[in-house]
Amino acid sequence: MRTRIATLVKPIIADNPVTLQVLGICSALAVTTSLSTSLVMSASLIFVLTCSNVIISLLRTQIPDSIRLIVQITIIASLVIVVDLLLQAYLFEMSKRLSVFVGLIVSNCIVLGRAEAYAMKNPPGPSLLDGIGNGLGYAWILVLIGAVRELFGAGSLMGYSVLPVVSDGGWFTPLALMTLPPSAFFLLALLVWAVRTRHPEQVEQEDQP
Amino acid sequence: MVKLSPLKVWGAFLARPNADPVKTLGVAFLVALVCSIVVSGTAVYLKPLHDANRLRASSGSLVEMAEALGVGLPKQRLVDRRTGTYVERSTGEKVTLTAKQDLAGLNRIEQTLTAYEVHDGDQLRLLILPVRGAGYQSILHGYLALNADLNTVAALTFYQQDETPGMGARITEKQWQDLWRDKQIGSGDGVIRLRVVSGAASGSHEVDGISGATRTGNGVSNLVQFWLGEHGYGPYLARLGQRGAS
Repeated sequence: MRTRIATLVKPIIADNPVTLQVLGICSALAVTTSLSTSLVMSASLIFVLTCSNVIISLLRTQIPDSIRLIVQITIIASLVIVVDLLLQAYLFEMSKRLSVFVGLIVSNCIVLGRAEAYAMKNPPGPSLLDGIGNGLGYAWILVLIGAVRELFGAGSLMGYSVLPVVSDGGWFTPLALMTLPPSAFFLLALLVWAVRTRHPEQVEQEDQP
Repeated sequence: MVKLSPLKVWGAFLARPNADPVKTLGVAFLVALVCSIVVSGTAVYLKPLHDANRLRASSGSLVEMAEALGVGLPKQRLVDRRTGTYVERSTGEKVTLTAKQDLAGLNRIEQTLTAYEVHDGDQLRLLILPVRGAGYQSILHGYLALNADLNTVAALTFYQQDETPGMGARITEKQWQDLWRDKQIGSGDGVIRLRVVSGAASGSHEVDGISGATRTGNGVSNLVQFWLGEHGYGPYLARLGQRGAS
């Protein structure tokens, strides 16, 4: 039981895919301009990651080694297309704002990374937990960065005004930098710094000269 | 003779070593089959919703455009593409364009076009034409609004596209679309000169291109040229022009 909980919880901070392994940051930079896009992106990734982990884990004994990456990508890509189609049907405006980035989950290293590193070697139960755990590890970072960027870039959260902006007669001048991709880079760097200060064991060894 | 039961065949297939070529091909085939069924099943099942969303986006964009230009709801007219005359109902007929005609990369085009007219009393005030054409990696859908002189652009907007975010997709930004206002289509000799140039525009026939999106810009130029030309709304525009002059 304890190992099960560890499988779920470990990727959230201790072995976080974004801050420790620095994977999947392309989408983390692109879709975090607002909290709502971050939430939808996170939910999509958790769904794809969990399903792909379980399906690949179920098939793991039957997948020939020589074509295992192709099989994994085919399964992941199909799941991503299904998610993209669902968003286009039920959350049309949101799917326009996310544009290609839901589709790009296919190439998100976290998904293929977990399939290859975990689901191919472990039974479906733990793979399910591993998928949810890694998804949540990705999600909380996206949501945090999205919230900070929307709050300081537009003075709102989920589209609701929190800090009244000057253009609407308030006092808050939005930081234009926050709406641009580099700000996500800076925020992510600060976050990595914060996590590694709390968990010094995550600091990478310096390269030997 | 050994009786082949499907279950036995399946069991024998699974029992083959994973490195076996038959197993490898079989697994690849089955995975591809199941995945394609799931994907196409979802696409077919959700198609009505997708179509409805697209229709809503297109009519919403038309209403928005009319509001931004300060005019009421435009009147929809159906127009025969070849003669430019009004028709009562769409024939639903489509024809294939030759490569030379097909500037906008449409391949096939309907014979009955839709146009939206805004009148001020008897006078035509504004004309809104639905336009579409191939961009860099997607079909761009939008509306082109012309003033009553039929030579001055009132507005251009795109409501559906799948160009590169931050590059070609910037054609949906208001800042860029605003560049089109008051641009001239030609100089009275029937030649369509209006186009997107790379870099800064000079003169009233040119619109600034978006840097890094040359091919999207070319796509926009081509679709404007096509729809205003003789295989698009050309005959209709010519007829409206004659009526205005008489």
